[in-house]
Amino acid sequence: MQNHTPWQPEIAKALIAERRALPGAVIPILHALQDRFGYVDKEAVPMIAEALNLTRAEVHGVVTFYHDFRGAPPGRHVVKVCRAESCQSMGCDSLIAHIEKKVGASLKHTAGDGSVTLEPVYCLGNCALSPALMWNGDLYGKMTPQKFDRLHKAKVGGS
Amino acid sequence: MSVRVFVPIDASALSVGAEEVAAAITRETARRGAKIALVRNGSRGLFWLEPMVEVETKAGRIAYGPVSADDVAGLFDADFLAGGKHKLCLGPTEEIPYLKRQERLTFARCGIIDPLSIEDYRAHGGFAGLEKALAMAPKEIVETVVESGLRGRGGAGFPTGIKWRTALAATADQKYIVCNADEGDSGTYADRMIMEGDPFMLIEGMAIAGFAVGATEGYLYIRSEYPHAFAQMERAVKVARDAGYLGSNIRGNGRSFELHLRLGAGAYICGEETSLLESLEGKRGEVRFKPPLPAIEGLFGKPTVINNVVSLASVPIILDKGAGFYRDFGMGRSRGTLPIQLAGNVKRAGLVEKAFGVTLRELIEDFGGGTATGRPVRAVQVGGPLGAYFPTSMLDLSMDYEAFAANNGMVGHGGVVVFDDTADLAKQARFAMEFCAIESCGKCTPCRLGSTRGVEVIDRIVADEDRAANIELLGDLCATMTDGSLCALGGLTPYPVMSALTHFPEDFDRPRKRAAAE
Repeated sequence: MQNHTPWQPEIAKALIAERRALPGAVIPILHALQDRFGYVDKEAVPMIAEALNLTRAEVHGVVTFYHDFRGAPPGRHVVKVCRAESCQSMGCDSLIAHIEKKVGASLKHTAGDGSVTLEPVYCLGNCALSPALMWNGDLYGKMTPQKFDRLHKAKVGGS
Repeated sequence: MSVRVFVPIDASALSVGAEEVAAAITRETARRGAKIALVRNGSRGLFWLEPMVEVETKAGRIAYGPVSADDVAGLFDADFLAGGKHKLCLGPTEEIPYLKRQERLTFARCGIIDPLSIEDYRAHGGFAGLEKALAMAPKEIVETVVESGLRGRGGAGFPTGIKWRTALAATADQKYIVCNADEGDSGTYADRMIMEGDPFMLIEGMAIAGFAVGATEGYLYIRSEYPHAFAQMERAVKVARDAGYLGSNIRGNGRSFELHLRLGAGAYICGEETSLLESLEGKRGEVRFKPPLPAIEGLFGKPTVINNVVSLASVPIILDKGAGFYRDFGMGRSRGTLPIQLAGNVKRAGLVEKAFGVTLRELIEDFGGGTATGRPVRAVQVGGPLGAYFPTSMLDLSMDYEAFAANNGMVGHGGVVVFDDTADLAKQARFAMEFCAIESCGKCTPCRLGSTRGVEVIDRIVADEDRAANIELLGDLCATMTDGSLCALGGLTPYPVMSALTHFPEDFDRPRKRAAAE
């Protein structure tokens, strides 16, 4: 399970302050915020802009450019499913259809019960053991619908 | 004396249970009072055998695989610590034909050493290149790399030494070495394997590049999809710094090189060098116009050498063994070796480092053993999502930059993705356009809009709407993207699209064929 803290501006401010002197600090700051809170709250944008002497538009532009940064808290688990060519050659399209049904959410969405957020990813570098997915940062290879069901049960519980 | 037992810490090995195997070995060792030294090595790249456990015996290293946690007690019963017979025993690792038939230069140590042990690294020739470089003038280092014929292994194949020469000639108060570890191409994992299995080699290569061009700062930009590689590099940088191989006054020689790690944020385009530089500067990863070249005006406006992981990792052996040694491998203008990554629907997927010139057929049939599904091979995509799809009639194509360019394809970063006869190449062509649309930085119109229009046109062709006119339109659109895009994303997306259309036209004509059959 992800261990995220609810949004707190004071913590965000400290995280920003610790990194503001880094060259090209915006992305390290955004990663730190997302690691802590699970997403980048929109309140963080003016805080970063102020700390780094950038415009809000510049910071907003960076946040929205990169696929990694979320604008809202994710589910309790984040599952990134590879849909790039190597995994396609090993049937990831039908695997993804199975996963979406099992989880109860389509890619880029969170299950109604808040259990799992599904995200598409384009290559996890596990192409020799396709299809691949990443569950909360742990990599899995040679994934099958059966293996996914077992994994889902072990992590989320239920049937 | 305790026996050395190797269980890979490579992310792919972990993805099929290496951690559970390591835990089971530790438990079983304690239970039986055995004495072992557990080493978490990189992968040898024989991924269908992962988790592959090795034991160091008097007769050399003996491999077992693929091992699951449930097999561990049985392995102890079979006395695997002395290389005992077991159904999973693969014999001496070095004698496994897949490995034995390779020419491993860049991957000579990967999977063999403890990735975080400086002693192990040095005992296997590590830092020999750096020691030589420390005694050389910058110009000599640069010319050695030029003479080796090393070309960028990231995909573009630009001569590495020429980039270095340009950066050396530039004058500035600060220069940078940037390593591009944004290995986004599907079907590739060589950079990841190096960072996880032989990280000091990359650090050594970057430090040598720093001495060569007069850069005292380096940045290693690792994609966020590689958390294991990032963590391993963080550990390795600390060890190297503590041992005096990074920082100021390296090895008491007076030269300095500091290395910083940065994590990407899920943008494929940041594998493009100028986009990566923008990202490092904390901006949107939008491609820059060239000129100015990064070697003259790169990171933070300073002269910057930006090279791929495999390119930089090839530098230590070139410095150690000499330009001629490296150049003697390969053919034509493709010198040295290429770490090829066999991926997708193939029985024995893994890393194959060979001199340039090996054919696709040798790779897929001899090394790969055909498809994993057992069905006939239908198509092969070489060089990542921007690489061409080749039919089986072209499998005798040899892996070198020129042969691929002559056939409207590219070697790229060396990824080879195999598809069986269930593949629908119209669907693959559509995906290539879709991927371009998802990952486009948006700066130039042919890529930003062309990719979306491309998806629509392919949909109309497949739906049999005004076929002939739409096929012509797709050709026009691809020509515009090729000629008018700022970088390789928009510029090369036509490769997979047009190769699919050229070599597999029947896949774009399904409704009509169905109608004819009815």
